[in-house]
Amino acid sequence: MSDATIETPVAPEAPSPRRADADALALEVGGDVREHVGEITVDLPAERIAEACELALRAGYDFLVDLAATDHLGFGGDGVGGYWSSPTGSGGTRDLNLRGSTGLAVVPQPLGPKRFSLSYQLLNRAAYPPRRLRLRTWLSDGEPAATIVAVFPAADYQEREAFDLMGISFDGHPNLQRIFLPEGWDGHPHRKDYPIGGEPVQFSEEV
Amino acid sequence: MATAAPRPRYPVAGLLSPIPSVLQPPADDPDTMVLNLGPNHPSTHGVLRLVATLNGETVVGLHNELGYVHTGIEKNMEQKSYWKAITYAPRADYNAFFCNELVYVMSVEKLLGLEVPRRGEWIRALFTELQRLHNHLIFLGTGSIDLGGIALLFYCFRERDHVLDLFELATGVRMHSRYAQVGGVAEDLPAAFERECRQFCRMMRGRLDEYQDLIGAQPIFRDRTKGIGVITPEFARQYGLTGPNARASGIEWDLRVHEPYGAYRELKINPVYRQNGDVYDRYLIRIDEMRQSVDIIEQILDGLPAGAWQADDRKVVLPPRHELHTSMESLIHHFKLVTEGFRVPAGEAYVCVEGPRGELGCNLVADGSARPWRVHFRSASLIMLQSVAALCKDVLIADLIAILASLDPNMGDCDR
Repeated sequence: MSDATIETPVAPEAPSPRRADADALALEVGGDVREHVGEITVDLPAERIAEACELALRAGYDFLVDLAATDHLGFGGDGVGGYWSSPTGSGGTRDLNLRGSTGLAVVPQPLGPKRFSLSYQLLNRAAYPPRRLRLRTWLSDGEPAATIVAVFPAADYQEREAFDLMGISFDGHPNLQRIFLPEGWDGHPHRKDYPIGGEPVQFSEEV
Repeated sequence: MATAAPRPRYPVAGLLSPIPSVLQPPADDPDTMVLNLGPNHPSTHGVLRLVATLNGETVVGLHNELGYVHTGIEKNMEQKSYWKAITYAPRADYNAFFCNELVYVMSVEKLLGLEVPRRGEWIRALFTELQRLHNHLIFLGTGSIDLGGIALLFYCFRERDHVLDLFELATGVRMHSRYAQVGGVAEDLPAAFERECRQFCRMMRGRLDEYQDLIGAQPIFRDRTKGIGVITPEFARQYGLTGPNARASGIEWDLRVHEPYGAYRELKINPVYRQNGDVYDRYLIRIDEMRQSVDIIEQILDGLPAGAWQADDRKVVLPPRHELHTSMESLIHHFKLVTEGFRVPAGEAYVCVEGPRGELGCNLVADGSARPWRVHFRSASLIMLQSVAALCKDVLIADLIAILASLDPNMGDCDR
C-alpha cells in the first residue's frame, strides 16, 4: 500500500495562558493541574496554600472570589436512582445490575484523596480575557489548613465560615471563632455525618 | 454626572490589623461605652448585630455578629434532588431571589454540559435586570429612611410592587418565583408581558429622574453622604468588594461586560462607574444602574428571539404539560424526573453572575447521583460586611448607619 498512513508532524498546541499560569504555579508548589468543564484546578498540599496564594497574587491573581469547603465522606456511595443526562438529549443509560434500584450506570471516582476539600477561587481581572483559577487542597478530619488572611484579607469571614460549618481549623487565623452558630454549639452542620431531621431522640439507642 | 471630588471628611479607610473585620477598641479607656446595634434594628436591614464601642459619638471599636438568620439552606439543598433544590436557592437572598436560582441552575447546566436555547437565555437576562431594579428600589427606599428621608421609601416600594407584578404575570408568584429551570426557564412569557413591561420601563425612567432629584439635589442628603466611608480601589480588592460597591470606586469590573454569560454576550451594555467611592456615589451608582437596567430590558424586549425557552432534553427538562395526556413517553419522563430526578456527572464547577450586590457565585460539587453533593454560594453580603469595621474607624455613629446602608448587605444572603 502507499503512504496513506504517514502522519505529518503537528506542533503541540500551546497551552492557554490560564493553563500556563496553573502549570507554573503547580510546578512551584508541587501540585497537579486538572481541567474540568472548562475550569482549571490546581490540587496542592494543604501546608503550601498560603505560599501558593502569594505566588498567585504576584502572578496577577489578586482577587479572592470565594472559599468553599466540601465534605466528601461517602462520596459517590449515594445510590439515588435516576437518569444520566447526555447533552444531545438521547442515549441516557441505565444499568439495573448495579447498586440502587435503578442502578448507577457509573460509580464515580472520588475527586480527591482525603475527606475535606477547600476550593479557593482566584481571579485575575487585569488579563484579557479575565482568568479564573481554583486552588484546592485536601484535608483529613482534624488536619488544619494554613490561613491566607495575611494574603487576602477577604478570607477572614470565609475561613470562619468553613471553621463553623465544616469544622476545618486554620492555623494562624487571628480570630477563629464560630461565625453563624452560637459558641458552644455541638458539631459542624455541613459535615456529612451531622444528623439531620431534627433533634436526636433520647433513649432511642440500642442497648 | 461628574461631580467635584469632595474632601474626605474622614481619613481614608485602610486594612485593619491583625483582624481585618474587627476594629479593636482601645484597652481600658474609661471614656468609652459599648453600644449594641441590633439584631433587631431597622437600619441593619435584617438581623445584623453590630457591637460598637463609642467615645462620645465617635466609633472607636466595632465588630459584627452574624448568623441570626442562618437556616442551613446549603445543607437543605443537599437533601433534595437537583430539580427540587431550586426552590431553596431564592430563599437565601430574598431581595434578589431570581439571581440566586439562576446561578444555581447555571452551575448544574455547566456540569451537565447542557445548552440553553437563545430565548431562554434572553428571558433570564430580562428577569435578572428586573431583579436588579427590585433590589435597588428596596436599597434606595430603606437606605433613605436610614438617613431620615421617609418619602423615598413609599415611592420606591410603589415601583417595587410593579416589578413584582411583572414577576407575578410571568411566573404566577410575586417572590421566590422558581422560574429559572435547569435547561432554561419554566414557562414562556405570557402574551401581555411585553406590553406591561414596556409600560413599566417608560414609567420607571421618569421615576428615576425624580429619585435623582430627591437624593442628588437635596443638601442634607449630600452633606450627610459626601466624603463619608470612602473606599479606595485597593481597599475594595483587599476586602473582596464587587458589584456596585466596587464600581462606585472606579473599578471597571462588571461580569456582564468583562466576563459575559448567556444573553449578555449579545446585548450591548454601557457599564456605569463612579469615581469617588463615598456613600453618595454608592447611592447614585445604584440609580445609574437602574437606568441601565431599564435600557437593557427594553433592548431585550426589542430583540427577544423566538423559539424554545427550554432545552429539548427530556432526560433533564420536564415535558410540556399537554403532552402528558397524549404521549406515554412524556408521562414516563415526567414521572422519572419528578420521583427520581436526573443525575449530574461527578465534578466541581463554579459559576458566577452579576447579582445586584456584586458577584454572586455558586460552587457546586456533584457526585454523580441525583442530588447535589455540596452547594456553596459566594455570598457578596457576607464578604462586604467584613469591611464595615474598617470603614467606620473613627466616624460618628450616625455615619456608621449611612456607611452600612450604602454597602447594601442582605442578611438572608449573608447567613444563608
